[in-house]
Amino acid sequence: MKMSTLLRVTGALAVSALALTAADHAAAQAKKIKIGFVTTLSGPNAAYGIDMRNSFELALDHMGRKMGGIPVEVIYEDDEQKPEVGKQKTDKLLQRDRVDFMAGYIWSNVLLASYKPVVDSKTFLISANAGPSQLAGEQCNPYFFAASWANEQNPMGVGHLLNQKNVKRLYIVAPNYAAGQDMANGVKATFKGEVVGQDMTRWPDQLDFSAEISKIRATKPDAVYIFFPGRAGVQFYTQYSQANLKKEIPLYSVFTVDGVTLKLQKDLVLDTYFGLFWAPDLPYAANQKFVTDYKKKHKDTPTFYGAQSYDVANLIASAVAATKGNLKDKEGLRKALEAANFDSVRGPMKFNKNHFPIHAIYQQEAYKVSENEYDIRTISKIIDNLEDPSAPKCKM
Amino acid sequence: MTPRFITRSLFFFMTLLLIEQFLNGLQIGLLLFLLAAGLTLVFGIMDLVNLAHGSLYMMGAFFAATLTEWTGSFLLGALLALPATALLGIVVEVIALRNLYTRDHLDHVLATFGLILFFNELARILFGVGGMAIPLPDSLLTHFEVLPGLPYPTYRFLIIVVGLLCAVFLYVLVQKTRLGMLIRAGATNREMVGALGIDIKLLFTLVFGLGAALAALAGLMAAPITTVQIGMGDNILILALVVIVIGGIGSIRGAFIAAVMIGLVDTMGRAFLPNMLGTVLSPADAGTVAEALSSMLIYILMSGVLVLRPAGLFPAPGR
Repeated sequence: MKMSTLLRVTGALAVSALALTAADHAAAQAKKIKIGFVTTLSGPNAAYGIDMRNSFELALDHMGRKMGGIPVEVIYEDDEQKPEVGKQKTDKLLQRDRVDFMAGYIWSNVLLASYKPVVDSKTFLISANAGPSQLAGEQCNPYFFAASWANEQNPMGVGHLLNQKNVKRLYIVAPNYAAGQDMANGVKATFKGEVVGQDMTRWPDQLDFSAEISKIRATKPDAVYIFFPGRAGVQFYTQYSQANLKKEIPLYSVFTVDGVTLKLQKDLVLDTYFGLFWAPDLPYAANQKFVTDYKKKHKDTPTFYGAQSYDVANLIASAVAATKGNLKDKEGLRKALEAANFDSVRGPMKFNKNHFPIHAIYQQEAYKVSENEYDIRTISKIIDNLEDPSAPKCKM
Repeated sequence: MTPRFITRSLFFFMTLLLIEQFLNGLQIGLLLFLLAAGLTLVFGIMDLVNLAHGSLYMMGAFFAATLTEWTGSFLLGALLALPATALLGIVVEVIALRNLYTRDHLDHVLATFGLILFFNELARILFGVGGMAIPLPDSLLTHFEVLPGLPYPTYRFLIIVVGLLCAVFLYVLVQKTRLGMLIRAGATNREMVGALGIDIKLLFTLVFGLGAALAALAGLMAAPITTVQIGMGDNILILALVVIVIGGIGSIRGAFIAAVMIGLVDTMGRAFLPNMLGTVLSPADAGTVAEALSSMLIYILMSGVLVLRPAGLFPAPGR
């Protein structure tokens, strides 16, 4: 009994010692760039994480899987759309895998729970989606960049669109979590009319919106504005159409219609309005290359989640190339990242002082390509060079 | 227009809104009842904690979506998905759960949690990560005048009707038939039923199959509203557990009343709390407090019931 215990302990120690020497060995040779990528790879929204991974991989393929001549290794982790899991995975990537860069993060609440240990360890974190106002404002950080947008930006574009469409009375519905609040505040920042009602729904498990839809019907606004990312978007559009409101009260949205949801939303989203900084049909060369090759490889259209991830890879590559692969040169890396010296799929962009992009927002619509095939196209530019409202609060 | 007329029409309008929200709550409650009924049967009679009940709800919805696509008819797809899920339930019971009855609850939790992971992965392999939607036929996309001036979506009304019919069916089955008698006897004293020469194994398998079919009915009725997705049963299972805790383990009547209570409390909270709090708080505070409060209401209700009746509203006798 005692003997076997002793043997087990010895065995365990031997294995961990081996692992340690292996790790030391790898660190000494650091001829590789390690990137940790946290996204959602299981559950109802797994399709987005997979799209992000596909796009990131495609970007690596396009650069010969090397950044500044150094081979790249990416470790993908699944946050299960839960803040506590995202935090755990982040810690694991930082401490066990000792990554050089962190990237990914779909959900604002997951990012807010995870970013602190990353920036505290002076590792650059580049968000491929979430852009919470906290990180754009008071809690902005030299080690944090958003290659996507600030949460309020796209809604601000929709606010302008609502003004252009002469909407006076608006009803807002969004989920009650970090991003939902930002998305509601964003539209209010630019919308000039009156907000006649606002419902914040339980997130992420509320799937039935009958109570909210009944209130909308009773309030009779000129338009409804929603933010329901991922699966919840399909549910809201379905129920709104089933309530026969689509024709009576126009529906405006952000991040609620994308390539994945469109497969289920289909006719439901035709003749509704939304605004976004990117669409698959934007005419820039980088974008056309990305979309064409993605379609070739995956027989599917990428979503904006994918487009942002593609940009993250190219942004990191531009910084690594600028510092000639010297990853210890944090100051140099930061300056190179701030310069945003890469071809973004969204066309012209630059970073604001809070490390969030300044870019254009477009009005878009869904259309029917053929029976059972739908896509998203750009209608017009709503606003150019849009800055987010939290930037002045950032002391950096 | 006289002020009195305005007050009266406002009152009339509020009444209509109240009725509409009542129907919304009833509909959510009855959907929850369909799910909880199967869970409480299995829990009460077989003394099995089946966390994988939510997986059967999901598989039922996926079956219905696939069969609807194949047959081109939602009705046909739904009717075929029920026996298919019942069969799946029976297979799961025979292969995986039968050996667990003598083990303690913690083992049930562990094993059925494993089943959740298994079914989520199976659904991913069989149906893809993208999920599925069940488009409703045009006949169900219409509106139904419940009262003059109060149109209500036909499909949501149908859920209420199906839920009520199902409640009646279960009542008759449990209270008036021989099978129901055995079920009730099994809930009260399993050993005695076995000692009287009833094939308790077969009874359990049947009950589990029935529970699976009820879960499938809930899943496929919810599917056109909430779409079909991997893990769709995981969150709603928590609500179903709350229902059977409030209703009393093993009681169909308790599940019915508790589910409708939860549906109504949840909907009414979401519908009216912000406005009610708005009369005493500033609009911004009222919004924040109302959102937090309305998502807690269900659990506040549960704690309240447990304080007054620790075994739930209608505990099965002999427990």
